Amino acid sequence: MKRIAAKTVYKGIALGKIHVMQKSDSSVNRSRVDDPENEILRVHQSIDVAESQLQELYDKAVKEVGESNAAIFEVHQMMLRDLDYVESIENIIRTQQVNAEYAVAVTGDNFAEMFAGMDDDYMKARSADVKDISERLICCLKGGTSQGDVFKEPVIIVADDLAPSETVTLDKSKILAFVTVHGSTNSHTAILARTMNIPALIGAEMNLDELKSGMDALVNGFSGEFIIEPSEEIREEAKRNIQKEKEKQELLEQLKGKENVTLSGKKIKLYANIGSIGDLGYALENDAGGVGLFRSEFLYIGKNELPSEEEQFQIYKQAVQNMAGKKVIIRTLDIGADKQADYLNLGKEDNPALGYRAIRICLTQTDIFKTQLRALYRAAVYGNLSIMYPMIISTEEVEKIKKITAEVKQELAADNIPYKDVEEGIMIETPAAVMISDELAKMVDFFSVGTNDLTQYTLAIDRQNAKLDPFYNPHHKAILKMLQIVTDNAHKEGKWIGICGELGADPELTETFINMGVDELSVAPSAILKLRSIIRQIP
Amino acid sequence: MKKFTYQVKDQMGIHARPAGMLINEAKKYKSVITIDTGAKKAELTRLMAVMALGVKCGQTVTVTVEGEDEDKALSEIKSFFEANL
Repeated sequence: MKRIAAKTVYKGIALGKIHVMQKSDSSVNRSRVDDPENEILRVHQSIDVAESQLQELYDKAVKEVGESNAAIFEVHQMMLRDLDYVESIENIIRTQQVNAEYAVAVTGDNFAEMFAGMDDDYMKARSADVKDISERLICCLKGGTSQGDVFKEPVIIVADDLAPSETVTLDKSKILAFVTVHGSTNSHTAILARTMNIPALIGAEMNLDELKSGMDALVNGFSGEFIIEPSEEIREEAKRNIQKEKEKQELLEQLKGKENVTLSGKKIKLYANIGSIGDLGYALENDAGGVGLFRSEFLYIGKNELPSEEEQFQIYKQAVQNMAGKKVIIRTLDIGADKQADYLNLGKEDNPALGYRAIRICLTQTDIFKTQLRALYRAAVYGNLSIMYPMIISTEEVEKIKKITAEVKQELAADNIPYKDVEEGIMIETPAAVMISDELAKMVDFFSVGTNDLTQYTLAIDRQNAKLDPFYNPHHKAILKMLQIVTDNAHKEGKWIGICGELGADPELTETFINMGVDELSVAPSAILKLRSIIRQIP
Repeated sequence: MKKFTYQVKDQMGIHARPAGMLINEAKKYKSVITIDTGAKKAELTRLMAVMALGVKCGQTVTVTVEGEDEDKALSEIKSFFEANL
């Protein structure tokens, strides 16, 4: 048994035999030719073949992963026809009197190097595309089909790296997982794997020569492990987990696309709480109506420095694009208390839960806040984004936020950077916010109740202290009364209200929430279908 | 010879896909069309050269059109920029 650590691109568990993908023999010999014009003719014929292959791939990918993910094959077709690329191949053949394969290989390397040397990450990644088309062209010149490997039973694909054309040619019903040595979370392979809903690991430190197709292996996307020849014990556990996943899947199939509606016709929205971009797949897979709470802390924690505006923008943009028009509510930085980032030097506090955290940090260190807001307003252009502010206790705070957001928008406009206005709401998680929710409702577009903090502050009970368990009642009347007050105050102003704390997923309270008039429950993705089945049985 | 300048508004700059569409548009005309970033120049019919300019959001480019159909080419290419970039 051998454990190999890797980075998860898409979660899931797979158990099966591996298939090691060797690059189709792309080694090229240089040989002299007597008739260069004939070589050039071969190049043009092969470009035609490669182009029709790419057209097939494009059509296949459109059906399987959607137009925006398939567009890369359209770009590949155009790259193949690029004048500079073709002229370079022709020149090498004519001036050096060499074979077509060699000319394509040299040209491909030159162009790939040019892109790799650019100071733009997006363009750097295009270097892989040039290599991909060049390898395809060489394969066509050699008379190969470049149509991928064929296997009889489902396998775990293991490779150094996978080009987009390689992932799409594979028969999806025969793939259990992807494991690669290279690749990035933003590579086409990662995006395709995510869309195809196949567990995928990248950055696995392994020597492919030591592995043989047919070996047993386990891909664990939850722990980020690739285990070669796992022990019986590990296999059994994996089988149980796979079975669990399968049962979930069956539940999902039945309820997917159905409405969250009671027997008497009352509706409620079910959104997902997510903590990182990687969770988006789960939200979609579990048929979430949107993302009710996107915790932005993951961008700040476990780093050595603040995330840049660009880094945040790309993540938020990816989130709204992946959710394709569904609402994505992003909560601004909620750090402090138990969530710390060393570079912020927040310092130790005697009473962190009542301390310097969340909006209090943002309103003090406004540069951090403004960077996040700029990224959010910019990303809003690409989908349905909303912003929500945590730990509000006063109307003055909301006024301060509004002043800052107005400044941010003015600055974006002055720099000619596209942005969009969005729905903006606040979290109701302090008794103070509940008591003045009538006034707050006039100032914002929506409320989202954070029941974990609201309960802790209302009952004066520290949830981490086990001694207090006998005193703790999550269904305390005080909390339920507060929820009713907040809901009524929101509705009086024509605003909507959701619950995004743990209580929202409590099946014993679902009916109560619906009767209160709560508009939305935002819960862990895995709880959505369970709640949907409960809602559909409520009279 | 005609020319126009344009400030790129697309967040991604002139990335692969719009560059490809731009090339297909430019190929429709007999005129020689070039794009100039101030630092580098490329013929608008050459995809990889245009991509290699690495034009980013907010950057201003000058497009020059020269040839018998330059009036039509200029107005069509300009509207393409306005609609897609």
